Amino acid sequence: MARIDLQHLKHSYIENPMVEDDYALKEVHYTWEDGGAYALLGPSGCGKTTLLNIISGLLRVSEGKILFDGKDVTALQPEGRNIAQVFQFPVVYDTMSVHDNLAFPLRNRGVDEDEVKRRVSETLDMLDLTKWSEKKARGLTADVKQKISLGRGMVRSDVNAILFDEPLTVIDPHLKWQLRSQLKLLHKQFGHTMVYVTHDQTEALTFADKVVVMYEGEIVQIGTPEELFERPSHTFVGYFIGSPGMNVLPVNIEGRTARIGGTEFELAGTPELKPGVRTDLGIRPEFIVLGEKGIPVSVQKVEDVGHHKIVRAAIEGQDISIVIGESASVPADPHVVFDRERVSIYADDWRVEMGG
Amino acid sequence: MNKTQNNKAWFLVLPVLAIVSLNAIVPLMTVVNYSVQETFGNNLFFFEGVRWFREVLDSERFQDSLLRQFSFTGIILAIEIPLGVAIALSMPKKGIWASVCLVLMSLPLLIPWNVVGAMWNIFALPDIGLLGYTLNAMGFDYNFTRQAISAWFTVILMDVWHWTSLVVLLAYAGLRSIDDSYYQAARIDGASKWAVFLYIQLPKLKHVLTLAFLLRFIDSFMIYTEPFVLTGGGPGNTTTFLSIDLVKSALGEFNLGAAGAMSLIYFLMTLLVCWLFYTLAMRGEER
Repeated sequence: MARIDLQHLKHSYIENPMVEDDYALKEVHYTWEDGGAYALLGPSGCGKTTLLNIISGLLRVSEGKILFDGKDVTALQPEGRNIAQVFQFPVVYDTMSVHDNLAFPLRNRGVDEDEVKRRVSETLDMLDLTKWSEKKARGLTADVKQKISLGRGMVRSDVNAILFDEPLTVIDPHLKWQLRSQLKLLHKQFGHTMVYVTHDQTEALTFADKVVVMYEGEIVQIGTPEELFERPSHTFVGYFIGSPGMNVLPVNIEGRTARIGGTEFELAGTPELKPGVRTDLGIRPEFIVLGEKGIPVSVQKVEDVGHHKIVRAAIEGQDISIVIGESASVPADPHVVFDRERVSIYADDWRVEMGG
Repeated sequence: MNKTQNNKAWFLVLPVLAIVSLNAIVPLMTVVNYSVQETFGNNLFFFEGVRWFREVLDSERFQDSLLRQFSFTGIILAIEIPLGVAIALSMPKKGIWASVCLVLMSLPLLIPWNVVGAMWNIFALPDIGLLGYTLNAMGFDYNFTRQAISAWFTVILMDVWHWTSLVVLLAYAGLRSIDDSYYQAARIDGASKWAVFLYIQLPKLKHVLTLAFLLRFIDSFMIYTEPFVLTGGGPGNTTTFLSIDLVKSALGEFNLGAAGAMSLIYFLMTLLVCWLFYTLAMRGEER
């Protein structure tokens, strides 16, 4: 268990990176607190796995430093960092039994055999693998194999952190939920620092205390699930978190007044804008009220998703989504009102604070 | 869902069956024919039953060449398989040097058998050949045309030179197909190099190595041209392997019945060993 400091990390797969775009990972400077459960969330290719492999030591970072509890481990190999990592696709040692698979990381570190037995049978129990214990790992199904991989990650009690790289991709949906709860339970029980990479927002939001959203090699926001939902600090976060994502509309701002096409309305405050920036207005579909007053919209279609309806509409030619109740209906002459407190203004995609 | 049973598709196999019977089964049957008959001149044949088989199996000459054959095959397999795997493991994984190594490795495989035999014959000549001369200059008494040990040493060295590459290429391909995450997981698990070899690489190489073993077994068990050109089976009979013996018997001595019986015994032995090995190697494998 350890606090992990990432100091000004930058990574490039190219030997002599020249421009910003050569970096797969752009400047990451952050601290993972000891015992925290973090989710790294982002689309494919945003640098999540790169960051994870840098922490575990599989990749040597191009620039910057990594500290475990204040100790510089940048130059250490994975075996020297005492980290557990679970990969996206199951990795098992075919010729070994399930029991020996789990015992492998312990035996490699010279743990004595009684302790190995104790730890392994505990882990087997926890993952509900005991009945496979003596079986060879080769013939088992993908989800049992992935459980073995998870088990190998969790069998060591003294690891600095456990890293998960989309570990539930190959697991059946109904088992996913169960395994995720088990991981969460485990985290509460042992207090390991856990970092969980995923591109599935539900997975991230249910697993983690803090969600780290990455986009194009950068961390764009770190926060609790609630913060990410209510105050996305980058338009990407707004768009990526929530279903449907946040509506982002180009807007002209003058003082407190926002203008979308020919429609004007008042904001809750005066956004602090530098001159010459591109401004957008962000509003979640949940915070738009559809009624007979406000800004006129043209409704294109209504999707009923079960517990609510999503109205696809347009303001001044800009597509927006609106969430309405399951029993609500679309008025004949539809208008919308934005919840003023929930409107965010973005300057070049980054959220700006509202002044008084 | 019910599947309709329709076996008419088997008719499509008929042309292949016809061709195979012409080029494989018919010639084989002529050998069977010879092996159970005694031949006199003027195409006079008499049925002899299993006499030739009994005679061949009882003859010391056959037993000796069989023993030589198994020793040779055993020795070259024991050298080529581990050596091939070791070379494949130490080859670069990517980049220009990987290609260079692969091309260099493939070269011996491209040389025809009789050329290899002739090359090594000259290479190993004790008075003018580079190998022979050097060994003698270093104080070894080496002459493959006179000493059985030297002849064996040369034949084995030649085969290792010619065919280890095949094992290397197969093992290299097998190694490349192992996903990176296995090595990553092993590093996380703190596995030693030896453990990685034992628990990841070797199990993943099982199939290609089975293939390499079978190919090398069959090929070396039937080896003819190279030792024939190099030593001619000598000195004496010391490098007369089964196929050399067979040709001597069939074409040199025109002993058709005995040669036919020997061919069949030879063929069945190869088949049996391959089947046994494959069955044992694939035991416990699902599907």
